[in-house]
Amino acid sequence: MSELREQAWVINQPEAMHFAVNRATLVDPQVLEFERRRIFDTCWIYVGHESEVRAPGDFRTRTVCGRPLIFCRDSSNTVRVYLNTCRHRGAMVCREAEGNAKHFTCFYHGWTYDRDGALYGLPGQSAYPPNFNRADFALKEPPRVASYRGFVFLNFDAGAMPLDDYLAGAKEYIDLIIDQSPSGEMEVIPGAQEYDIRANWKLLVENSFDDYHLLSTHSTWLNYLKNSGVEMKRPEQGHMLPAHGVGKVLGNGHAVIDNVNFRGRPVARWIPIYGEAAKPEIERIRAELVARLGEARAARVADTNRNLVVFPNLVLNDGSSVTIRTFHPLAPDHMQVRACALGPKEESATARAVRLDSFLTFYGPGGFATPDDIEALEAVQTGVSSYREIPWSVMTRGMAKEGEQLNTDELHLREFWIQWDKLMRIPRGD
Amino acid sequence: MANMTRQQAEDFLYAEAALLDGWELDEWLALLTDDAVYRVPSNDKPISDPKDTLFTIADDIHRIRARVTRLKDKNAHAEFPPSRTRRMISNVRILAQDAHAIKIEANFIVHRFRRNESVRQYVGQYRYVLRVERGGFRIAVREAIIDAMELGSLSSVSFIL
Repeated sequence: MSELREQAWVINQPEAMHFAVNRATLVDPQVLEFERRRIFDTCWIYVGHESEVRAPGDFRTRTVCGRPLIFCRDSSNTVRVYLNTCRHRGAMVCREAEGNAKHFTCFYHGWTYDRDGALYGLPGQSAYPPNFNRADFALKEPPRVASYRGFVFLNFDAGAMPLDDYLAGAKEYIDLIIDQSPSGEMEVIPGAQEYDIRANWKLLVENSFDDYHLLSTHSTWLNYLKNSGVEMKRPEQGHMLPAHGVGKVLGNGHAVIDNVNFRGRPVARWIPIYGEAAKPEIERIRAELVARLGEARAARVADTNRNLVVFPNLVLNDGSSVTIRTFHPLAPDHMQVRACALGPKEESATARAVRLDSFLTFYGPGGFATPDDIEALEAVQTGVSSYREIPWSVMTRGMAKEGEQLNTDELHLREFWIQWDKLMRIPRGD
Repeated sequence: MANMTRQQAEDFLYAEAALLDGWELDEWLALLTDDAVYRVPSNDKPISDPKDTLFTIADDIHRIRARVTRLKDKNAHAEFPPSRTRRMISNVRILAQDAHAIKIEANFIVHRFRRNESVRQYVGQYRYVLRVERGGFRIAVREAIIDAMELGSLSSVSFIL
């Protein structure tokens, strides 16, 4: 621990216009151990979306921060999160990916819990001493669970600040996503893309809102758009991309790139890839947005695309579609990624099909862009094996500028690392 | 009846596999009908419709051709240098056929080698609909259903699975 405190991981010298990240943070197993305690166990971490469980007893199992969880609705239809482990001797009490359950039974010795987590079935209770009390053995919940506009988070730190305060400026950007839905309700669409990347999890944070890499990493995707008739303007002076875009910090390590759209949006900017048949539908969506939100807000929702990082590991990409992407480290050089699509609950079948098709043009392990991101991250991970010879990665783009920072600058990446560094320096009983 | 025998079905699938393993992608495109689709469903929803469920790949013929254009470009970084793949196809069954279409299922193991990584193995089932067109059998529907519960150690599906 003392070793960690003495080691510089992030150099942040605004006056000297210098910012660098120590590559050991991507490689060192000890860093990951501290991250688990000091970041993943102290921050609000995304679990799932309320629409993924709808009725009493609906459940999904998933692993979050290394803990197997049951994400479900209890008997009063309240969203609950249980640690998926029997209070007796520890076996998982639910081994299915999703479903509806009247109760959760540990098959090992037959302890059974109801939807509210209470232990009600216990074979051979008479053998336990008189001091045994069933009420002491309910399914355990994480210390804190809260949601914001359908997004459910947990926190393993009982003393953490409220979720609402934690999300800070990120709420404005979540609201922009929700405003796509006339009823204010978005839902997760069936089908999850789960894949792994042989790279450090923080590289995916950087990659998820780094527009500097777009031209060189994704030229084949840009060519695909061009060949499909999507208009590409020449970049304005000082810009690299066809449309204006900025990077912004939102507090508590959250940050965003906020771009004028050129790539089309299922809400509500048609491009030829969507097909002529979908044009009236996209126009209808646009008209509904304008009627409900007014011209200015409708344009804000429809004509900008935004990649939001909610510190530390939730990415909401509101671009070619809306993606919820979350990821967890398995090892310093290995992460597991889970991505799904979000759409307005009342979306028509046509609009839903366009949304999903648009998703696949860019995102996911079979998309025209994400595989090249995966390759980039894995190339970095292999490259930084020489971190002892070349300890520092430079991250100074935009540092000399007054005022606006572009999406191709690195203000937003620096924000992530500044928060990471701050939390990594607070001991948490480790 | 199209009168396809199992041996013909096997020959067809083996020939296709050889083209894909050899990265002869233009020749592979010639095996497709003009309305062909190529799909890889999400691992958690293997039997579903890409109109209402998120897939990993759901290409119409335009996107299949765009995919090949992309894969032939050195800037398709995930496949440059190209992965070496070797696919094993077995358990080939003709499920149904009429005058126009033949429905085939087969099992596959695709081994993928990349740089110095250990081998990645994609195990699953192919589902084909073939049609007799342009004097031969052509692929109208090509679905690859991966058995893995998640892409786990599989990373991306950037080549033609």
